[in-house]
Amino acid sequence: MRVGARIAVSAPPELVWEAVTDPDRYLHFMAGVTRWEVAGERRRGLGARYRMLMRVGSAEVGGLVEVVEFAAPGDLAWASVTGIDQRGRWRLRARPDGRTTVELRLSYGVAGAGILGWLSEQVAAPTVRGHLSRSLAQLKRQVEHEQGRRAAARRRGADVSAT
Amino acid sequence: MSAAGTRAGPSRNGQGAEPPLARDAAVAGETAEQPPSAGASSLRGRALRALASPLTSRIPPADLDERDPDYIRERLPGLWLLASLWFRGEVRGLGNIPEEGGVLLVGNHSGGNVTPDTTVFTLAFSAYFGVERAFYQLAHNLVLSLPGLGFLRRFGTVAASPENAARALRHGAAVLVYPGGDHEVHRPSWEGAKVDFAGRRGFVRLALAHDVPIVPVVAVGGQETALFLSRGGGLARALGLDRALRLKVLPISLAVPWGLNVGDFLGHVPLPAKITVEALPPIRLREQFGPEPDVDEVYEHVVGLMQETLDALAAERRLPIVG
Repeated sequence: MRVGARIAVSAPPELVWEAVTDPDRYLHFMAGVTRWEVAGERRRGLGARYRMLMRVGSAEVGGLVEVVEFAAPGDLAWASVTGIDQRGRWRLRARPDGRTTVELRLSYGVAGAGILGWLSEQVAAPTVRGHLSRSLAQLKRQVEHEQGRRAAARRRGADVSAT
Repeated sequence: MSAAGTRAGPSRNGQGAEPPLARDAAVAGETAEQPPSAGASSLRGRALRALASPLTSRIPPADLDERDPDYIRERLPGLWLLASLWFRGEVRGLGNIPEEGGVLLVGNHSGGNVTPDTTVFTLAFSAYFGVERAFYQLAHNLVLSLPGLGFLRRFGTVAASPENAARALRHGAAVLVYPGGDHEVHRPSWEGAKVDFAGRRGFVRLALAHDVPIVPVVAVGGQETALFLSRGGGLARALGLDRALRLKVLPISLAVPWGLNVGDFLGHVPLPAKITVEALPPIRLREQFGPEPDVDEVYEHVVGLMQETLDALAAERRLPIVG
């Protein structure tokens, strides 16, 4: 089952990229996600692994995922190593008006689960889609707040990187 | 699935040398057994044993390798549908369970022979920790010997015995036990918010012997899946079921689709009661109670904690079944 959500963020792709590649921020903007921990030495980039869980219905589902594509500042994709089968993707695209289109996709399922697997994917889809939409809304709010804060700092002539 | 707690006693894993009925008697519970009376060896007793032998001979030997992670993984979507849509299951506190190593999960048990708390918790545990983590549930011998329930062994269900629990804990597995077993699972519905282990302390000795933490797992709602009227303990004794089948109860309930349901041997269709489960922080016995903990003190502590939690969970419920 594949679900996705899209939103326009009033900030450059680089700023959104900072957020979506920082594992410490996931619990702050990802709705329904109860765990997003670094597993291993690498914190970000190709090959980084995270132990993640998302509450859907009666269970927190997820498992160990690994980043399989990392192309700054546009595409970050992960695939499951353990747990349910899943592939996720952040897709960031600059718009002519200076904003960024942010798309979050998630494909999930359990191979070999048969008709009950298919049915459970359909039943879970509205919940997962809702999580993704709320995650993007929260990401937008946080990144735009950050963008505004940096813009204000620039106007004051402050060192933005130190704030 | 009605599950049972562990008790101190000889092997009940089917691998010993004793005949099945002798082994049954050997682990027939911590509560004092009545000595065999003249009546017990009567014609009725022999008839019951004859009836019991086809079932008891079906009890499989314990083999931890029968647990099949791939099988469990493929069944998780079905379990998820059942737990989410029918029971609206909610499991809290899974983060309290140690991430690795042996751990003894001690639960209160509800729902008759169809135990929704086990379904909901097994799904939640397997999804949270992954099917790769070894997880076994101890069940009453009779459950594993009933036709059509062999699939439970692939989920990691093994016959309740100290040996089986010990073997699993030695392998660093999480082991779920229900000390109250058949006594607790068939308690009347109006005692749904009562933890009743019937004084069975085997789980404490087990945790001490293997130096593993106890994580209490408290569930509410299971006793609303039918109207449980009586355990029928007296009836079970009168019929000699306790000696022949290790059954101390002959429960009487009103349940779908049977109406009046005596024995619950064929199970029933559970009402869609909301099931809430909460795992409590681990209790490390020697850290908390000293190098030689008193079994009775630990037992009272664990049951007390579970009862407090169950009271709180029950207080959250506004209506029966609805939750």
